Amino acid sequence: MARREGAPEVSAGSMADIAFLLLIFFLVTTTIETDAGLDRMLPPMEPPEDDVVIKQKNILQVIVNRSGQLLVDDELTDLKALRLKAMDFLDNNGDGTCTYCKGKKNVESSDNPAKAIISLKNDRETKYSTYITVQNELVGAYNDLRDREAQRLFGQDFTEMEATYLDQQTPPSEKEKLKEKVKQIQDLFPQKLSEAETSSN
Amino acid sequence: MSKFKKKSSLHVPEVSTASLPDIVFMLLFFFMTVTVMKNTELKVHNELPNASELKKLEKKDRIIEIHIGKPSSRYENIVGVEPRIQLNDKFADLSEVAPHVLSEIQSKPEHLRAFVTISLKVDKRANMGLISDVKQELRKVNALKINYTTYEGDAFKNLD
Repeated sequence: MARREGAPEVSAGSMADIAFLLLIFFLVTTTIETDAGLDRMLPPMEPPEDDVVIKQKNILQVIVNRSGQLLVDDELTDLKALRLKAMDFLDNNGDGTCTYCKGKKNVESSDNPAKAIISLKNDRETKYSTYITVQNELVGAYNDLRDREAQRLFGQDFTEMEATYLDQQTPPSEKEKLKEKVKQIQDLFPQKLSEAETSSN
Repeated sequence: MSKFKKKSSLHVPEVSTASLPDIVFMLLFFFMTVTVMKNTELKVHNELPNASELKKLEKKDRIIEIHIGKPSSRYENIVGVEPRIQLNDKFADLSEVAPHVLSEIQSKPEHLRAFVTISLKVDKRANMGLISDVKQELRKVNALKINYTTYEGDAFKNLD
């Protein structure tokens, strides 16, 4: 008769073991990945209606050939020197209208950051890794200059400000404040990086 | 009395393990919620290059992935060794890129369509030719926001 007194208790002793098993399964299968990379805008298919004439001196032509060599404005350049060269070009301030630039004011180089365009051209046989390194250095040149201005104006790195701005966890009120600052810095050195169509020879 | 004293000094009080299942469950739920089950099997080699000037791709709901790389050894005798495009879980031709991207954009909620980013996950040994072709295809369907997805690291390590 003792049997009928309530349902027999289920032992919960193995609960921890079962939970551990599941835990280990999820631990193994989890890949916490936040993808990151270099953001780029492709040019639209239709050419702009009115052809803008761009002076040769306002274009920094970067060509990567099939063996990964770099030609910057018809000059064979080491990849490591590319960032400085790009920064010199962007920061040059040839016509003196850019008040925050610290460049050499070389008349042969770009007029001001708003007009300066970097044109990147690659061969079909160029290795993707080389291409990414070049892209990285060019983006780095922009970021370094923007960091410099952001430090001067707001005492903060631009890349940091942008990361906080894009972070989902940042509260909206803070985002609003950052938005203008980020925009302001971006306008000081607008990213004009054109990817010309690939040459096939 | 002396007997009692001796006994108590020998025994270390046991730690209660009653809350162990709770702790484990907590961890379990954490991992269950952060786990993203991949439903696509990678059929191409995908060793991404390194870059240091990264931007994070935070919002997963507006990303379309395109994998490019050499086919894995398993598929070598079927599709060859030249770099191929993988869309979702199958190999694709260049001509299939544009329709795929368009249909993916269509399947997204309307308010996200303008912000769709194409994440190009390209093996670092691939050549630019194929990638330029893909970029050209993307331009045709006006999917202009792209992201060269990379690992974080020194970009010059790519050159070795």
